[in-house]
Amino acid sequence: FVHRHRLQYVPVKGDHVIGIVTAKAGDVFKLDVGGSEQASLSYLAFEGTTKRNRPNVQVGDLVYGQFLVANKDMEPEMVCIDSSGRSSGMGIIGQDGFLFKVSLGLIRKLLAPKCEIIQELSQLYPFELVLGMNGRIWVKAKTVQQTLIIVNILEACEYMTAEQRKQALARLSGN
Amino acid sequence: FMQRGLDSQTKKQLEEEEKKIISEEHWYLDLPDLKEKESFIIEERSFMPCEDLLYGRMSFKGFNPEIEKLMIQMNSRCKEEIEVDDKMEADVSDEEMARRYETLVGTIGKKFLRKRDQRVLQDEDEDGNSNTRPSKKAKKKFLKPQD
Repeated sequence: FVHRHRLQYVPVKGDHVIGIVTAKAGDVFKLDVGGSEQASLSYLAFEGTTKRNRPNVQVGDLVYGQFLVANKDMEPEMVCIDSSGRSSGMGIIGQDGFLFKVSLGLIRKLLAPKCEIIQELSQLYPFELVLGMNGRIWVKAKTVQQTLIIVNILEACEYMTAEQRKQALARLSGN
Repeated sequence: FMQRGLDSQTKKQLEEEEKKIISEEHWYLDLPDLKEKESFIIEERSFMPCEDLLYGRMSFKGFNPEIEKLMIQMNSRCKEEIEVDDKMEADVSDEEMARRYETLVGTIGKKFLRKRDQRVLQDEDEDGNSNTRPSKKAKKKFLKPQD
């Protein structure tokens, strides 16, 4: 088996990732995905867009999509639409929120079917979370303070043991 | 002026050379066929199917209700719990459908009856209410204005 706990992401077909729009070249956007190359995203790859009805994507926006093409010979290509034509949660990620980077091993842990970290965090307060397989996490909560608390816990989860985590959360929920 | 003929000759020569090369290659092609076996190793580059990972977009405590609906949809693809619920709902709606059909057929059937048949239906309805009959008849007659 290969590839554990690295930092550098390798684009893989079908992976859902968070990308940052870096350039707009006519009909195609260039996204920074954290890999060795930038990925391309066509403006028609969103749900409900046509040649006349273009999506409102600006440079610097965050996009959650999956890879259509990703091999070592070609530039990776992304889409925000699944095989049946529906967006199913993909597309431009809205305003506010905080984007940060973690190692790939932590993402795999967080996405595991019964992840204690996420279950414990969800008890604290309402928030929204988007996990990209490229090591990027986007968090949005009601206040800036809550958002930063969640960010710090997630970043620290990499090195904390389960007991330390529970202590930290207990202190927070006490406050 | 002899170019076309020359071209065909050169073509023939080239073809013969190619055939020679191919026939030599045929020897090499046979050997790899014997060596090829089916490999039982499948190469999978992403983690998703290996560990049954969840969907990456999540929302908690009602922060974003659309995403919470998505979460239920996506994560139920791994576990097939929704099938049972669908069956239960279908049973109830079947009974309701039967009831509604009875009334529907009657009302729409009336719409397409001819006028004579419609009057017959009205008389049948009135037979049940004999008390109200004289009053209805009285109302139907034209009241002459009193001088």
